[in-house]
Amino acid sequence: MIISIASGKGGTGKTTVATNLALAVKQGVQLFDCDVEEPNVHLFLHPEITRTEPVNAPVPKIDLEKCTFCKKCMDICQFNALAVLKKDVLVFENLCHSCGGCFEICPENAVIEKDRSLGVIEHGSVKGISFIHGKLSVGQVMVPPIIKKVRSYTDPDMITIIDAPPGTSCPVIAAMKKTDFILLVTEPTPFGFHDLKLAVETVRVLNIPCGLVINRVGIGNDEVNQYARKENIPILMEIPFDKKIAQIYSRGEMIIEKLPEYKEKFEALFKKIVQMIEKNRENNGEEK
Amino acid sequence: MKIAVTSQGKTLDSQLDPRFGRAAYILVIDTVTLEFEVIDNADNKNAFKGAGIQAAARISDSGAEVLLTGFCGPNAFETLDAAGVKVVNDQTGKIIDVVQKFKQGGAVYAESANKDGHW
Repeated sequence: MIISIASGKGGTGKTTVATNLALAVKQGVQLFDCDVEEPNVHLFLHPEITRTEPVNAPVPKIDLEKCTFCKKCMDICQFNALAVLKKDVLVFENLCHSCGGCFEICPENAVIEKDRSLGVIEHGSVKGISFIHGKLSVGQVMVPPIIKKVRSYTDPDMITIIDAPPGTSCPVIAAMKKTDFILLVTEPTPFGFHDLKLAVETVRVLNIPCGLVINRVGIGNDEVNQYARKENIPILMEIPFDKKIAQIYSRGEMIIEKLPEYKEKFEALFKKIVQMIEKNRENNGEEK
Repeated sequence: MKIAVTSQGKTLDSQLDPRFGRAAYILVIDTVTLEFEVIDNADNKNAFKGAGIQAAARISDSGAEVLLTGFCGPNAFETLDAAGVKVVNDQTGKIIDVVQKFKQGGAVYAESANKDGHW
């Protein structure tokens, strides 16, 4: 069972919800921090890292002895990463998306695959949670391969919780697709509302059931609530705009360990998610 | 000698286009006869990234030995350099005036890009 925690807007509380939810599930849980541009789950849970794995992607290298300068590689490249000149071919590795088009199309087999390092993933564990996060290297921009590498360790017998990156672009899709449930975390402000709508549109395209956590309830307005009703998105949990919670967060501590009433709230949140996933599976079963 | 000039239009009376990779047109001009060829750069103008690299490759194909433009970024400069095309930056005004001034000599060739890459 895979649950992805996403948001649209950044800083709404994805990591707070993901880490506390993982602790509430207690056993048989994997927590994947897929915000590989700025992972932060480890700052709250302090997992012991036991293994580091590199993530590479292929980029072209041109064998100038074989190259006839026909430009087929340059023409197929959608990212302008190759420049075929009269007697030389330049490769701009930072523009390459590793699609493999140039390797396939070269009639002379002059395009050789070369590995480029994108970043690493780190395995660890903490408090019974199996933890993995990805770390994009400075200067690199290609995020989805790192997220895919983290997610390749999904264990179907466990509960997998994914802390997704903010936004609605390729990295977010990589962290949301082929999951059983998307938990959207938002705040009741105009910014939160604006980006929530974009996130919901994305979730609708992926056709994955979703629910809402509203964080910092008490600020802003009730546009988010009205929208959730209209769109038929269940509000599964509300976290108040509370100084105590802010203090716990600032110290890098877990809400459910410091405020016992939240232990029950996060357990209840998990139960509701499981019910929605099972109901969705039944509905899909009936359609088949 | 053939020189390439980034241009906002298709004639020698057009204004120079200060952008290199995303220039509207590139005119390849014979400095002796003033005959010229127009390269339409429209598809490059809207490229997501790497416009300068592609424009530089086209200039290499055109046989131009020198490029007169406004700003040239690092990837474009690297490509032009590899192709043996010399770059004169910071040009403005009408194409014909820029070309005449170049013909008088004393042009300063760039040793590196004069614009940061786009992110």
